Amino acid sequence: MLLELDDVRVHYGKVEALKGVSLTVEEGEIVSLIGANGAGKSTTLKTISGLRKVSSGHVRFAGEDIGHMPGHRRVERGICQAPEGRGIFPGMSVVENLEMGAYARRGSVRGDTEDDFDRVFQLFPALADRKSQTGGTLSGGEQQMLAIGRALMARPRLLLLDEPSMGLAPKLVSQIFEIITEINGQGTTILVVEQNAAQALARAHRAYVLETGRIVKSAPARSLLEDDDVRAAYLGGRIGT
Amino acid sequence: MNRLQIPDVRGSLSRSWERLPRWGRFAVYVLLLVGAVLLPADSIGRIMAPESDWKSILFFPIGVYVLLAVGLNIVVGEAGLLDLGYVAFFAIGGYAMALLGTEQGWSFWVILPTAIAMAAVAGVILGAPTLRLRGDYLAIVTLGFGEIIRITANNSNWMGGPRGIAGIPHPPNVGHVSQLQYGVIDPKPYYYLVLALLVIVIVVVQRLKHSRVGRAWMAIREDEDAAELMGVPTFKFKLWAFAIGASIGGAGGVMFASKVIAITPSNFPFILSVLILAAVVMGGSGNIAGVILGAFLVAWLPERFRGFADYRVLVFGGALVVLMIFRPQGLLPSRQRAEEMTEGQGGMGSMGAETAAET
Repeated sequence: MLLELDDVRVHYGKVEALKGVSLTVEEGEIVSLIGANGAGKSTTLKTISGLRKVSSGHVRFAGEDIGHMPGHRRVERGICQAPEGRGIFPGMSVVENLEMGAYARRGSVRGDTEDDFDRVFQLFPALADRKSQTGGTLSGGEQQMLAIGRALMARPRLLLLDEPSMGLAPKLVSQIFEIITEINGQGTTILVVEQNAAQALARAHRAYVLETGRIVKSAPARSLLEDDDVRAAYLGGRIGT
Repeated sequence: MNRLQIPDVRGSLSRSWERLPRWGRFAVYVLLLVGAVLLPADSIGRIMAPESDWKSILFFPIGVYVLLAVGLNIVVGEAGLLDLGYVAFFAIGGYAMALLGTEQGWSFWVILPTAIAMAAVAGVILGAPTLRLRGDYLAIVTLGFGEIIRITANNSNWMGGPRGIAGIPHPPNVGHVSQLQYGVIDPKPYYYLVLALLVIVIVVVQRLKHSRVGRAWMAIREDEDAAELMGVPTFKFKLWAFAIGASIGGAGGVMFASKVIAITPSNFPFILSVLILAAVVMGGSGNIAGVILGAFLVAWLPERFRGFADYRVLVFGGALVVLMIFRPQGLLPSRQRAEEMTEGQGGMGSMGAETAAET
């Protein structure tokens, strides 16, 4: 087991955002976490990447309890997140943004990053044409690609994606998910949070449904696509996706 | 997203600067330095400050303000932390010079490094509990810190109370060169002293800026959460920015106190924090040339227009407002800053990053 959340509770002040979330991610999987706005999806990811502190419960990564480790250390352990709303560095060029992705790695290994640049530009050829353009001038889709590419520069064992389809045109959404599948094929484990449940379920191996801070369903992604409750709540009424 | 169009952000000047080869830049640095050395000349003074003592205002406020602005720029311009109490570190340097100089009889050259270390420690003490706050909250706490130092000095007998401390020694003379005789009348040696310190500070700061530390500051400024997610120890580097900025402020305080003989708490008002911040922002935070220009203008304009008497502050305020309307990124912004402004986030602190989420 690569990642395990065990009865994790997280508070924003007095409000309990996660009310005992337990989930696991096995090496090599794509696991998606779906749920409505405010269900606690982003909070779950932030708890794994270290932006949020757990109130109680355990976060274990590769057997180690990382629940109280600061975020920048978790990157060294092999967890990297592409943040919600892209969170790229607007004043840095595409190349500088990608270099930031390798920031933690250079600290210890000082290995060259050329292979990683090649890999990112292969996955996202659009970025290769914009190397010296600053992040703020990219389109929404390009920014999303940059955010994912930047996270890959850390050579993560576990890649966390927060709403990769947010604000993107439908065609771009399926393209992004194709690339996510490809990254997974190259050996990176992925945990993806999505409101676009149709895409997320079609691409994932397993999925969890989160409602108001609790996991209410966990099953192979395909079977959730057929699940009546899930269809009604997250897939119903969506046309064309 | 509606993007505000800012015309010709970088200007042709900075573009040709970037095309200059290494030796060309070096030549420009040498020319600037020669210019700075010749600056106290009477002929320049007649134009720049016909109504006041040019050599004297070159040291204070101009030289000291520039030094302070370069220090504050690390905190505000590089790391993006809004500090409204920077005067506290200037005061710590000033009082260290005054107390150690009068009570302990220490020499200027011993006090300078001591005060720098003291200010850095003060920066860490202020930063450790407060740097977990963001944006406006950090600004409020730092503002309080600036006032605490001043009011403590005002109410402590050992710090001289409201009457302050008199009889602060000057730096020792160096040889018999007239430029290095530190007395009461000639302000030129003090100007050269602050200039020398400024050169060292600028070289160190620019080195830092282009190191891993500088890149981390930039990432923190642009999006603190994203920086942490990329493995940047954000808290540690914010603390470093605070400590380094504070130590430069402390050095400025030592310089100031070593010339003026007597200091009182009223030398360290809140408005000075605001003025230095205004210098950084209107010059172009993050770009050292812009910050120096900003500090120069903030220090020099009120002196130049002494003829307007009481209205000069009003005019100055108006000029600031006009500048912020037409050039919010400052006179000479850094490339990244300009981009962050158009992105609509990463202003002061990371207030923008928190509100950027759209669903």
